[in-house]
Amino acid sequence: MSKKTDSNIYTILFAIIMVIVVGGVLAFTASALRPRIDNNERLEKQQNILYAMGVNANDESSAIFVSTDEAPELFSKYITKQLVIQGDDVTEDSEAYLIDVKKEQTSAKAGNKRRLPLFVGTKDGKTFYIAPIRGKGLWDAIWAYVALDANMVVQGAYFDHKGETAGLGANIKQRYFMDDFIGEDLMSNGSFKGITVAKGNNDPKNIDKNDNEVDAIAGATITGDGVSAMLKSELRQYVPYFKTLK
Amino acid sequence: MGLLSKKDVALIKDPLADNNPITIQVLGICSALAITAELEAAIVMSVSVLFVLGIGNVVISLMRNIIPSKIRIIVQLIVVAALVIIVDQVLKAFAYELSKTLSVFVGLIITNCIIMGRFEAFALANGPWRSFLDGIGNSLGYGVILIIVAFFRELLGAGTLLGIKVLGDPIEKTGVYQYGYENNGFMLLAPMALVVVGIIIWIQRSRNKALIED
Repeated sequence: MSKKTDSNIYTILFAIIMVIVVGGVLAFTASALRPRIDNNERLEKQQNILYAMGVNANDESSAIFVSTDEAPELFSKYITKQLVIQGDDVTEDSEAYLIDVKKEQTSAKAGNKRRLPLFVGTKDGKTFYIAPIRGKGLWDAIWAYVALDANMVVQGAYFDHKGETAGLGANIKQRYFMDDFIGEDLMSNGSFKGITVAKGNNDPKNIDKNDNEVDAIAGATITGDGVSAMLKSELRQYVPYFKTLK
Repeated sequence: MGLLSKKDVALIKDPLADNNPITIQVLGICSALAITAELEAAIVMSVSVLFVLGIGNVVISLMRNIIPSKIRIIVQLIVVAALVIIVDQVLKAFAYELSKTLSVFVGLIITNCIIMGRFEAFALANGPWRSFLDGIGNSLGYGVILIIVAFFRELLGAGTLLGIKVLGDPIEKTGVYQYGYENNGFMLLAPMALVVVGIIIWIQRSRNKALIED
């Protein structure tokens, strides 16, 4: 093999061409697939919201969404109102579910008033208030859709994460964890307390629904703490709105 | 001579046992510790690595004569990162559900030293076909260990296999739990993966004296 590949000029040229080619290919793939990916993400949000209010295709043990084909139709059927809460102002916005919670959090930090989306759904005569929330896990973002009744008792929840450890923190999206939240009261003696993901919980079967605690996942302490913190800090902001419901 | 010569077969067979990437070459240990708490995750990771290493080895092998040796590591990194990102994007567009399962592994695959290790040790010096076989062989060897470790960690740590409660319900006290058996939560933590890998290395070396160094 000749040694022409060792010269500096060759190395620099190679690097430049490589970067342009790879960059071009990646940019092309990303922009060509963007509309499809956006559409998938939109459908997923609808599926998540529906899941939280109990519109899903769950079997005995695993969490299964309604199919992507049905999602838009079911979404408009069950979600009756989409609200945006900003301070005392409550406005209706049929695209509220597309509000980026992460962007709202950042802009709230910059001193702006945060827009809080809340979806109102009706199923079998029961009203659900579904809040999208976002927090931090061990490695990356975690988020959830929590369905509440007018008294801030959890009716259903869907958790998801970007990069929690497979087999440990990633299990927050397993049925056995999410289902534990159903029936838990976010309030305690009239004030907001949140729900703690508790270790050494003396109620592993989660029979006591008024203890503001669910059983933690072994090996996922930091993800669990992230879930507790997220529920506490994010859902607290909805308390003023829920007070107006009474 | 058939499709695979004797040498070619050795490329696939050796990494499964006597030249296993994890237990002998000690490559890919980080991911072996990280994602073996659950059998399903280990299988998904093994298949992903099989795919990326097979194709990556071929790409690097095709480029082996034009890659400047001074920046070869960076070039390898770019190739594997680009490959993984493209696959991730395509899955997000056409198989969204699957991509959700895999997204956790994307970062782990890019930084997996087994991939860089095989690029560096094999693909840079061999033709595409042989590199492809080497990639397949090594990822299978990697997958076998991952699955063995995950099998024991999930079984002893959580009492389940692929999420199915094979030992009974620990909370309802059915199956073996009614006799006082308890899950060993320690098995779910990374140190126990290291211990399990250590035991596999121990068994392997005690059976094959050729592997024992002075």
